[in-house]
Amino acid sequence: MRYFAIGIVLVLVGSMVTGDTVRGQQPAVLTVYSGRAQPLVGPLLEQFGRTSGVQIRPRYGETTAIAATIMEEGPNSPADVYFAQDAGALGFLAYSGRLRRLPESVLHRVESRFRSVDGLWVGVSGRARVVVYNTRKVAPRDLPESIADFTHARWRGRIGWAPTNGSFQAHITAMRLVWGNERARRWLEGMRANGARAYPSNPAIVAAVGTGEIDVGFVNNYYLFQFLRERGDAFPARNYMFKGDDIGNLVNVAGVGIVDTSRNPGVALRLVEFLLSPEAQRHFANETYEYPLVKEVSAHAMLVPLAQIRTPRVDLNYLQALDATLRMLREVGLL
Amino acid sequence: MPLPALVVVPALVVCAAVLLPVFYLAVRAAGADEGVLALLGAARTVRVLLDTIVLAAAVTIGCVLIAVPLAWLTARTDLPGARIWTVLAALPLAVPSYIGGFVMATVFGPVGLVQRLLEPVTGLSRLPEIYGFTGAWLTLTLIAYPYVFLSVRAGLRGLDPSLEEASRSLGEGEWTTFRRVTLPLLRPWIQAGALLVALYVLSDFGAVSIMRFDSFTTAIYLQYQGAFNRSYAAVLSLVLVALAALLLLTDWTGRARFHRLGAGASKPVRMVPLRRWTGAALTVCALVALFAVALPVGVIIYWLMIGVREAEPVARALAPAARSLYASALGTIVALVAALPVAVLSARRGARVGGILRLMYVSYALPGLVIALSLVFFAARYAPAVYQSLGLLVFAYAVHFVPQAVGPLRSSLLQISPSQEEAARTLGRTAPEVIWSVTLPLVRPGMIAAAALVFLTIMKELPATLLLSPTGFDTLATSIWSYASEGRFARAASPALLLLAISSLSMWLLLGQDQERR
Repeated sequence: MRYFAIGIVLVLVGSMVTGDTVRGQQPAVLTVYSGRAQPLVGPLLEQFGRTSGVQIRPRYGETTAIAATIMEEGPNSPADVYFAQDAGALGFLAYSGRLRRLPESVLHRVESRFRSVDGLWVGVSGRARVVVYNTRKVAPRDLPESIADFTHARWRGRIGWAPTNGSFQAHITAMRLVWGNERARRWLEGMRANGARAYPSNPAIVAAVGTGEIDVGFVNNYYLFQFLRERGDAFPARNYMFKGDDIGNLVNVAGVGIVDTSRNPGVALRLVEFLLSPEAQRHFANETYEYPLVKEVSAHAMLVPLAQIRTPRVDLNYLQALDATLRMLREVGLL
Repeated sequence: MPLPALVVVPALVVCAAVLLPVFYLAVRAAGADEGVLALLGAARTVRVLLDTIVLAAAVTIGCVLIAVPLAWLTARTDLPGARIWTVLAALPLAVPSYIGGFVMATVFGPVGLVQRLLEPVTGLSRLPEIYGFTGAWLTLTLIAYPYVFLSVRAGLRGLDPSLEEASRSLGEGEWTTFRRVTLPLLRPWIQAGALLVALYVLSDFGAVSIMRFDSFTTAIYLQYQGAFNRSYAAVLSLVLVALAALLLLTDWTGRARFHRLGAGASKPVRMVPLRRWTGAALTVCALVALFAVALPVGVIIYWLMIGVREAEPVARALAPAARSLYASALGTIVALVAALPVAVLSARRGARVGGILRLMYVSYALPGLVIALSLVFFAARYAPAVYQSLGLLVFAYAVHFVPQAVGPLRSSLLQISPSQEEAARTLGRTAPEVIWSVTLPLVRPGMIAAAALVFLTIMKELPATLLLSPTGFDTLATSIWSYASEGRFARAASPALLLLAISSLSMWLLLGQDQERR
């Protein structure tokens, strides 16, 4: 009994000491904090590790939890690169002074609307907002040309959305900027009066559309493709995008920034450059069904071309813009 | 008996460690601007707080109603297959709460499995909504009742049967004996379990978010996710802490005595013969097992089947499984060792000291993310050498789950007569030797319950594991989450099934330890 107890203590002390002390002792170790899930970007990061000889150490979590972690870690943060699911988290870290400025050569690989105005982060892939619809209950011709028309009584109780989701909130921010606050608020109130059902996440909406629990939902485009991959083409849901430059279409970016306390900013930059290389951009186009953001690589045929989608510049004062959106959502009673 | 420093000092250190999250919250909350007062006073915030309190109360009642009869049937009667039923009854605690929510939605959703089954018979095209309060209550009750079950079961194991036998010899029937003798004696156990359930409901985010019930944790998470405002989130978290403190003040056992007076050893427990009630008892156990175990297992297998082209081979989940097992075993041991001095101090020094010590339970009402961030804050800034090491992760598990272990341990200690310990002292043993050779063996039922509770909850723990584990230290819980959060339920199925399998096996081994008659 006694030796057992001593053994346990030794194991515990040993495991505490052999923690993360490898940091800084080997050349070219890169710690990536990713708010994007391992199945999506893990293979890409591993590929970078293989081709560059850098030892990649990814940590996966929720984008906002990871951002909060970087803030709480403070000056001792082990993170070199922050890979975020949406621009909001990047904007917050930039605003808090935790990101390092990127060189012009990297920034100019993407359009100005897809990167930080201060050059602190850059988008690497775009996700389109779409309407996912149940193919058994809805035909494409039944769907309206503008997102504004979903407040029509015809759609009562048939719509799903996710007010707590970052992509949704970014969409509302864009809506406010393009339509103006009053029209955006009226739309929100109209949707609420129309019985739009709140779901906690995008996959939950797609699943609900698949079973027929709801007929349509506002999501990011690529979730459908994951369901199709898992369940086959018989899965009764497809994506629909609005006509022209309706604000119902929007491209959110997932992006990266280099953390200010990184001990390997040179290596971190190489990862950023890799993510903007044609090879990585093709991965986003063909494997995750997102929009590539560099000019050389074109998007999947099923998506409306990027040039046709109107994405207002929201970077300036992003957090103030998001704050105003959240306030509006709260006032309408959606949050 | 004066308690040695060996007990008092560790107890205080453990309490301080468990209260680390609260210190962190105080630091963060101090940075909030005055806008937070508007948030606190907003009608919506107050309503959400009240809704959460009602949910906690309802879930607690539901759990007690399920767990007490189940514990009595499996621990005190001649129920056939008692060991199997015991494992099945404890198992729901292994299910992560968001998975429980997905299962509920898949089965009882408006166009879910039950609706599709019933449609040809009843013609119902949509079931009434399970979302909201009903769904949250059902999900949380079915996942949390093992807290009460394991606690009450340990109590029954440690109960001195002579009082019940005295009641029976005076002519009272089984039911009256149970109502007037057993149940009052079980009060500290029921209360310990109920307290854990209430605090757990306050802290839960997974189930309530899937079930679309706006609880107070939802408000906290919104501050992190939407506004990136950790100060506001800290202020809201302190509201939960205050609520938990209020709850703890009402949890009072007073001067009641739960141990045996007088000389002699206690007799072995006599199993109550069920006879013609056996069928009914088995039906009750089977119904609970159906909803709490068969449903999650069945739905996970269903996900596996409908997405079989994308399913992961179980072999890929073996490495995370080994890590889960390793970390959970370490965490359980550390939590038990840490809980022991607190339990001893709390049980032996009277209700007032015990009450003060148990204020550390307030940390248990905090969402896992808050506890994880508090340790990120302290470790990264003040102890960077151990940051993101396995030792720190185990420490985080202990900080989060020591309150779970203290309850059953303390209640077990209350059942031991101090005279036994005093007898050992008069025979020449020192205080530490008394604890080692007399107290600990008698506390075994409580230790087993505590170990079972802590092990199961560490296996499914998520937020601290994501943020504090060494890089690359995937556990089953993080694997399940990384797939389920992207909607890849087929790929989440293998690690989920493996999690349940390992948990069952561990419960079989652990809970079988006290099957022999005392």
